[in-house]
Amino acid sequence: MNSPTDSRKFKSINRRELLKLTPVVVLGAFAIPKLQAPLLKAGLGFSDWASAKLFRSGHLAPTFADSDLTPFAKFPINDYDVDDPEVDLDKWTLTVTGAVQKPGDYTLAQIQALPKVRQNTRHVCVEGWDVIGRFGGARLADFLKTIGADSTARFLTVECADDYYESLDMAAATHPQTLLCYEMYDQPLTREHGAPLRLQIPTKIGYKQAKYLTSIKVAHVLDRVGYWEDQGYSAFYGL
Amino acid sequence: MATRAIAMEDEKTGEVTEAVYEHPFIIRLCHWVNALSLFVMVGSGLQIFRAFPSFGAKIPQKDLINWPRSLALGGWLGGALQWHLTFMWIYIATGLLYFGYQIFSGHYKQVLFVRRDVPGLWPMVRHYFFFGPKLSVREAYNPLQKYAYTSVIVLGVLSVLTGFAIWKPVQFSWLAWLMGGFHWTRLWHFLIMWVLLAFVFGHLVMVVLHGWNNFVPMLTGWKEDPEYRLE
Repeated sequence: MNSPTDSRKFKSINRRELLKLTPVVVLGAFAIPKLQAPLLKAGLGFSDWASAKLFRSGHLAPTFADSDLTPFAKFPINDYDVDDPEVDLDKWTLTVTGAVQKPGDYTLAQIQALPKVRQNTRHVCVEGWDVIGRFGGARLADFLKTIGADSTARFLTVECADDYYESLDMAAATHPQTLLCYEMYDQPLTREHGAPLRLQIPTKIGYKQAKYLTSIKVAHVLDRVGYWEDQGYSAFYGL
Repeated sequence: MATRAIAMEDEKTGEVTEAVYEHPFIIRLCHWVNALSLFVMVGSGLQIFRAFPSFGAKIPQKDLINWPRSLALGGWLGGALQWHLTFMWIYIATGLLYFGYQIFSGHYKQVLFVRRDVPGLWPMVRHYFFFGPKLSVREAYNPLQKYAYTSVIVLGVLSVLTGFAIWKPVQFSWLAWLMGGFHWTRLWHFLIMWVLLAFVFGHLVMVVLHGWNNFVPMLTGWKEDPEYRLE
């Protein structure tokens, strides 16, 4: 123990120690209305950056036995607008644009000619619920080879018959479990589930898995991210 | 690091009392940053929970509770996720700084519940809850305090691990598997929050009961005239 100090000196030590805590006040910036939105945007941006770093392209999402499947009738139908945007299934084509060697309109038959993948995977909604579904379709990676997509492009954007739109980073787009999905539970996609073609991405959150696809664009930059992302949801949201 | 103590002489009365440096700066910083971030994590977490206030199936959906929006943070699911995904990094960073400091300084001995604290646990419970006799104190924390603080730190780690397993059930599929699958992990994450809140409540009650002299050290580090003497 040191030699006795007087109480006045002790008070000044205490004051100094208290002042050291002032950095905590910095967090108060989150309470200032003008700073709040940009700070949270930066926080979400950091979170997405870290998410992209955590993503392993060779790591597969868990797959499940048929006995684990959520019954088809209990597979939720989520949309932002209409259950059925009344796509003319006979005339439907997928329009391919952007950094590709073979742009143009592709038919469902051309997509179905690619090797077919069937998988039982978990579908996780941002709201917090999850279901295990059975999906069938072509690997998006195979389709990207078919259309001669520029391998240096960073993004893929899709547009939908219900005016929904989405984007994917190339690592997720070329993941072996990412499907251009035309079947659920071994049956052609129903209209409510996005007929004739939807994205099915076991490594991404539900809102990324757009239904009623009408076009795909391979892009180096994004002008818009996605319907929900542009309202403040995570742009990356990988699982 | 040995805990510092000074003797202090009142310039008027000449009375000498002791003061002990209980909480180093880093610990105080972590305490207050963590208190704020826990508040944000709980508030935004409850808003996220409002989007699907159930642990059952989506179809048919049976809501557990209709949590009021006024007791949540973020306004809507997207806003709450922004708060949650921003402050989780602050929460984690604080935790890492805390562990790093505690381990390298050796200061953890003040708070870590160890085997030798076990015999003192029940008498302390008796004193607090069943009017048992007051016990003599020889260190900053009594065995029950050490038990509570050590548990809450373990729960804090679990809150991060369960959170990561829900956020990244594919990349951390082993973690979700360890916790009993995605569904259970979400429930653990929720229950851990309530235990943490129960701790905060008890912690605040004790602060009120034990008064100013126990609260000030978490601000300045120094406790004046402690009940115990350092050996």
